[in-house]
Amino acid sequence: MSDHEYTPKSKAGKWFNDRLPLLTLANHLTDYPTPKNLNYWWTFGGILTFCLITQIVTGLVLAMHYIAHADMAFESVEHIMRDVNYGWLIRYIHANGASMFFLAVYIHIFRSLFYGSYKSPREIIWIIGIIIYLLMMAAAFMGYVLPWGQMSFWGATVITNLFSAIPFVGEGVVTWLWGGYSVDNPTLTRFFTLHYLIPFLILGLVVLHIWALHVPGNNNPVGIDVKKPSKDTVPFHPYIVIKDGFALLMFMIVFAFFVFYAPNILGHADNYIEANPLVTPAHIVPEWYLLPFYAILRSVPDKLLGVVAMLSAILILAVLPWLDTSKIRSAVFRPLYKQFYWILVADVLILGYVGAMPAEGLYLLIARVATAYYFLHFLVILPVLGLKERTIPLPLSITEPVLGGSPNMAMAKKNESKIE
Amino acid sequence: MSDKKPERRDFLFTATYAVGAVGAAAVVWPLVDQMNPDASVKALASTEVDVSSLKPGNTITVLWRGKPVFIRRRTQEEIDVARSVKMEDLIHPEKDEDRAKNPEWLVMLGVCTHLGCVPLNDKGDYDGWFCPCHGSHYDTSGRIRKGPAPWNMEVPKYEFVNSNTIKIG
Repeated sequence: MSDHEYTPKSKAGKWFNDRLPLLTLANHLTDYPTPKNLNYWWTFGGILTFCLITQIVTGLVLAMHYIAHADMAFESVEHIMRDVNYGWLIRYIHANGASMFFLAVYIHIFRSLFYGSYKSPREIIWIIGIIIYLLMMAAAFMGYVLPWGQMSFWGATVITNLFSAIPFVGEGVVTWLWGGYSVDNPTLTRFFTLHYLIPFLILGLVVLHIWALHVPGNNNPVGIDVKKPSKDTVPFHPYIVIKDGFALLMFMIVFAFFVFYAPNILGHADNYIEANPLVTPAHIVPEWYLLPFYAILRSVPDKLLGVVAMLSAILILAVLPWLDTSKIRSAVFRPLYKQFYWILVADVLILGYVGAMPAEGLYLLIARVATAYYFLHFLVILPVLGLKERTIPLPLSITEPVLGGSPNMAMAKKNESKIE
Repeated sequence: MSDKKPERRDFLFTATYAVGAVGAAAVVWPLVDQMNPDASVKALASTEVDVSSLKPGNTITVLWRGKPVFIRRRTQEEIDVARSVKMEDLIHPEKDEDRAKNPEWLVMLGVCTHLGCVPLNDKGDYDGWFCPCHGSHYDTSGRIRKGPAPWNMEVPKYEFVNSNTIKIG
């Protein structure tokens, strides 16, 4: 929060602000003190906001042409691609936008894991983030069903059947989700409705996510608290705005590459075949961003336990702030954690790879080892490491390592004023 | 709270919450139940299939309630194999005699009991069906033998209307 009271300069501004303090809010957002050592991994929050807005705008436009009916959905998507002005562009932005959204969210999540951003006092920000991530997966899954291709249909069948693993009520729950005895028109229309709704739920949660962030302020690469009053921070505008803007431009280059040069590379050719309830495609794979969890599901030979393992793999993240017993946030000062962090990154990538491969032979073995390691990391390594690890001493302030290593706070202060 | 004796007012509060909860549940139920299969979906309850052209060793797949149903006219060899299996070798023990009343005809939902894919005919380690999604193997009676599926493929209610026609449902 900005420490000073804000009063608008103009009389009209003051009149308005006394009645609805929107200008105070705008002032808070521009002046918001941000640690001055934020690196480019911190720009993905802004990039994700851009992704959400892009999906909402393109989705809104697509909904003007799409028809949510089992007999017409597939054709209406082809109609968008061939007949609607710029329909191909809008649909390719929306479809690849989902992948870009997940790319950015995974970087954002792994940044938090590296720098310990989920730790006290930022647990609520983290948990809201996990809920957003869950909603993103639900929205992406339902959106993938809408074109009513073969992968849409069979992906929907497999995922909704996960609920049949629930003891006793499972079959009833699946019938309720379907609105029938198989994935069919009632399923499609409700998925369309929910796919339309979820982005706005996410938008609301994003507001809470940022609100919760603005209470303690940003974490930073050093992972220590900002000293007040100090020269540790810069105002959000223009410093972070420019930095975020530059990162966003770089990100949009990658985005545009997919949209214009490889729009179907992240999809499956089978989804250009209309849904057929009598034939299952030979090789069903979810979209790339769900593959690690799919690998975990398939690595367990029991149906119910497979589903439980997959859900736990996601939900375990929500309790991460309490599993990690270390008080030191940044991996920079945790030499062992840093290594385990990179092993976890490799583990998730391996899970993603085997999730795309057939579940047999060596692939299945690798998936089982990687699944076991995933849980080992969160349930054993993190709690023990926090108690046993010998960490590197933390600097006294964010400014200190930049301005020369005086351990004396007064000296650091003096150096700071010299720079000015 | 703990030391105070309940007053008349506490009773009123509790009663109000209780009535409110019942009212809320009554409002929520229609909103939940509307998602269950509607009357038109339930109306499509049965299908009649002409099986006169089916030769031994062949399978046809028909759609019933949006789901594929396998109708297989089994060869004597397949029947013998299916009936000679010991119950203790089965994951979900069911006698072939109970699954196919008329041994020549096997009628079952062509839906893998793992996650609902359609298994492939004449495939797998038991020469019955094989599900390509997650690798479940079924025998010539449609019983699960290997893989993640927990149950045998389901036998729906069906009857022979006459010697050429099967009515499913």
